Amino acid sequence: MSDKTAQPGLTRRRLLMAAPLVVAGGAGVAFWQMLSGMRQGSFDPHDIKAPALNRPVPDFTLPDQSPGQGFGAADLRTLKVPVLVNFFASWCIPCVAEMPQLNALKDRLPIWGIAYKDKPTDAQGFVHRAGNPYARIASDLSGMTAIDWGVSGVPESFLIGPGGVIRWHSAAALDEATMHDILLPLAASLRT
Amino acid sequence: MTPELGNFALALACCLAAGQAVLPMVGAQRRDPRLMALAPALAIGQLLALLYSFACLVHSAIQDDFSVQNVAANSSVAKPLLYKITGVWGNHEGSVLLWALILGLCGGAVALFGRDLPSALRARVIAVLGGVSAGFQLFCLTTSNPFDRVWPAPMDGQGMNPLLQDPGLAFHPPILYTGYVGFAVPFAFAVAALIEGRVDASWGRWVRPWAVAAWCFLTCGIALGSWWSYYVLGWGGYWFWDPVENASLIPWLTGTALVHSAIVVEKREALKIWTVLLAIGTFSFSLSGTFLVRSGILNSVHAFANDPARGIFILGLLGLVIGGSLLLFAIRAPSLTAGGVFAPVSREGLLVLNNILLCSICAVVLTGTMYPPFMSLLFGKTISVGKPFFDATAAPMAIPLMVFMGLGPMMPWKRAQLWPVLRRLWWSGALTMLAFALMAWRVRDLLPLLAATCAVWVIAGSIADIAERIRLFRIPVGASWQRARMLPRAALGAALAHAGVGVSVLGLAAMSQAQHRIVEVHVGQTEMLAGDAWTLTDVRAAPGPNYTALIATIEVRHDGRLVTVLHPAKRTFASQNQTTTEVAIHTNLMSDLYGVLGDRHENGGETTYVLRLHYNPLAPWMWLGGLIMALGGVLSLSDRRMRVGAPRRAATAGLVATS
Repeated sequence: MSDKTAQPGLTRRRLLMAAPLVVAGGAGVAFWQMLSGMRQGSFDPHDIKAPALNRPVPDFTLPDQSPGQGFGAADLRTLKVPVLVNFFASWCIPCVAEMPQLNALKDRLPIWGIAYKDKPTDAQGFVHRAGNPYARIASDLSGMTAIDWGVSGVPESFLIGPGGVIRWHSAAALDEATMHDILLPLAASLRT
Repeated sequence: MTPELGNFALALACCLAAGQAVLPMVGAQRRDPRLMALAPALAIGQLLALLYSFACLVHSAIQDDFSVQNVAANSSVAKPLLYKITGVWGNHEGSVLLWALILGLCGGAVALFGRDLPSALRARVIAVLGGVSAGFQLFCLTTSNPFDRVWPAPMDGQGMNPLLQDPGLAFHPPILYTGYVGFAVPFAFAVAALIEGRVDASWGRWVRPWAVAAWCFLTCGIALGSWWSYYVLGWGGYWFWDPVENASLIPWLTGTALVHSAIVVEKREALKIWTVLLAIGTFSFSLSGTFLVRSGILNSVHAFANDPARGIFILGLLGLVIGGSLLLFAIRAPSLTAGGVFAPVSREGLLVLNNILLCSICAVVLTGTMYPPFMSLLFGKTISVGKPFFDATAAPMAIPLMVFMGLGPMMPWKRAQLWPVLRRLWWSGALTMLAFALMAWRVRDLLPLLAATCAVWVIAGSIADIAERIRLFRIPVGASWQRARMLPRAALGAALAHAGVGVSVLGLAAMSQAQHRIVEVHVGQTEMLAGDAWTLTDVRAAPGPNYTALIATIEVRHDGRLVTVLHPAKRTFASQNQTTTEVAIHTNLMSDLYGVLGDRHENGGETTYVLRLHYNPLAPWMWLGGLIMALGGVLSLSDRRMRVGAPRRAATAGLVATS
């Protein structure tokens, strides 16, 4: 190989070999931004950005998830009584653990479920095994509705007041204490 | 006094490490044999100082010296002795010291076992290790000092997180850290090779044992961690794609690629630049994974006390180590000569495919792990990436990887024909088809079915590899046995490690068919799961050393015959106001019966208990496979060829212009 043909090859090689450095450098700058943001309080990866409370639910319509009937924003906005909207998935272990609580709750507060990124057959089997606490169930296979709602993970529950307004939000599995001390009193106050 | 001595020893180790970083490096540049000869002495000295320092911390913990803040925050008088010792590394400060100690051990090991290395290379390798050591010891001294005192000293400590009070977890960090830190040695070799501007077959031969050793520890560490989450967390799951778990999986994937590509460097002098990059990358991922988790950037359930100030120190250190080595790579790597050529269908070709697939899986896991904080930073959106993403992306790439794994060991080097290889594998192919047909009968999901089939193929392939090498059934059995005894251990080890992957994957595939039920029962009630009758016969309270327990008795019967009696329990730790569940597992190696005691309900005079019952087919195989993989690694490490020095480099061969 003469120098003339080798030169562009070498330049390309140089660029290629510098690529890892550039990528690492980019990542380093981003981490620096995150860390300084964390120090100033402007960036918090642990922060869960809940949908604005006391605002109407975002627009959506979702298909049926067997064995329940699907629903959309319109259904929630015409409600006269409070409803708990619960995002769940058959692949989510805390959801399994949450089911006894939901089953205990369902007679006192209607629960509408949204199966998050879950195959309809899997979700159906899961709901069936868990004893179906849901009055209606919709399927959010793509997860797009969950993004609009600001869901950070499953399980996640939203208390929807009359008129389809989000009144309360929990990013963790419901436990008995939360249910009795916060959720049910709040739902009772909305029922008047 | 002891903590001060420990602190002093740590500071001394840090100074020695700094000397170790500079003097041998200068010596190697100037070809000064006296300065180069300092390297092993400094490495051993640093190791001794670190050992002393660590012993001081352990001593303070055993003596319940609560004037040491770290002991006060993590220990208590009532804690059993074993956990007083292992609790030393169960917190941030102590684990950084352990990390530094293991790095010191790596340096010491190179000093002791690296006598066959050319003195300049050895000096440079030890110097690089010393530089990394000095950085971490400085980090330990300035921002995470385990010897800090508190005044006035409390009467008793705050105690340990009860979840960590478990023998499996007690020995998990040292093994995992040895895996992470062990990759510092290949990293140091890579940096030294870049400084020298020379990578050749003997470099590959020197690097490989270190990479294999680190890989064995990392494999064991990951398996142990997964086992711990299976039997301690009590969710019936074994892998949650949590950032902490991913942080160990990412270097494991690149480390596995490194172990394989180093073979190509050794045998064929090809893939040299790529192997150097893998060595740098693996250690970089080890470092950034563990430390990013601690800086609080990654959102994990395994929370460490987050401190952004620490994070900035770590980031600076990472920038120096990773940025520095990649800068060196960018400058030096283009001038490294390309090595041997090979046809696409050859063992090298398959090893390249293996590397591409492993690195693709790694890229996917990395993307899934880093996507949430980057989305949050760039677009202010909070999202989480969960199991469905990883299952849908990482698993399908593992299938072709396993298909090639079955073929690889049979492929000749340089240029191969596919047909003869396939012909030699006819019976393992037939076995695989048979297994597929049998499993398709019962398993309806495509991915587990394919994965299990490929696992059978991999296991059959590794048996076929050995059978082929000893010419089983083609020559008399006695002669085959003779051949088997002469077989290089590296070949046996590789076959064993591959079979281990197959065993693990069979376990993973079977676990996708696991069944579970959550039931609310009163004492005496029977529930059915997977053909077994589970009866809750008794629940009683029992006191423990620093907790009170509620212990259930569950009898499991199959067709009326008693299979086992399980005792799941719930422990309440009064001092931390925390409850842990003690899972009861009965295993017969083919399946696990797994029982968890949940909440207790009183409704109108009747007491009921929530029980979670799991039937987990082949669950132990997942970790057994990990153990087999590590054993394969150890077996290949015991190969004489790995230990005895490679033939000396030809002095004129690789002198590349280092412009």
